[in-house]
Amino acid sequence: MSQSDPDRLVARLMGSPHCVALGFSLVAVEPGAVHLAAPWREDLVGDPDTQVIAGGVITSLLDHACGMAVTSLSPERGGGPTLDLRIDYMRPAAPRTGVTAAARCYKVTRSIAFLRAVAWDVDEADPVATAQGAFVLPDPTT
Amino acid sequence: MTPAEQLAAFLQQVPYLRYLGMRAELAGDEMTAILPYRPDLIGNPNIPALHGGVLGAFLEMTALAQLAVVERSSRVHKTIDVTIEFLRPGRPVTTYARADLRKVGRRIANVHVEAWQDERGSPVAALRGHFLLSERP
Repeated sequence: MSQSDPDRLVARLMGSPHCVALGFSLVAVEPGAVHLAAPWREDLVGDPDTQVIAGGVITSLLDHACGMAVTSLSPERGGGPTLDLRIDYMRPAAPRTGVTAAARCYKVTRSIAFLRAVAWDVDEADPVATAQGAFVLPDPTT
Repeated sequence: MTPAEQLAAFLQQVPYLRYLGMRAELAGDEMTAILPYRPDLIGNPNIPALHGGVLGAFLEMTALAQLAVVERSSRVHKTIDVTIEFLRPGRPVTTYARADLRKVGRRIANVHVEAWQDERGSPVAALRGHFLLSERP
């Protein structure tokens, strides 16, 4: 991956209106793997009794981290749409705490990338959610 | 509370739902969730398409809202797992969704949800999920 590729990924992230609206930030990137963070915000709370961040924000974070991990394989070729995403919610996040997600491509075929992702609040070894998904790769002949 | 009041309370009490701008209409016990288009719900501006996470979250919230209508509990039910299938790009227009409570057990519910835009027969995304039902007060 060339020096400018992380910059290109950051530019692409900042070009996604929903990611900007939720305040996502790129923490780390290597080819096929991405760390993406979502801050806690009062208007993004899912349970008003506990002030825990909404599952919907974690869904967007996991989906986007996976999509960026696919794009990071080859920024020239780019990524494609999500085919499916399965999310297991292990436990609620800590109150008033943001969430970080790590996504990794564990198998790439000519047309499909298979990914796993994990999201945590404080300790990566104690996840709030895990995900597994398949993403369509752009047709290299077009 | 009536089912309509129960639904209104659910939509009002979750800050993230107010952020998304999700609404819902009730016909008897059948609910249609409505997500009006807004520019900051776009994930990929080149297509342009709604963010996959927005569609996933809308489907999940539709399931929780339908459960709130049927299950008279003031607590928010907890999502155990969801599988989201993306069928078509979500275009920058209003999206609708309806939930089918396949099984509501004592502790766990299995729910299928489908979202569409202009044509009910051409869904943009679908969700299957399990939800933990909180204790009745």
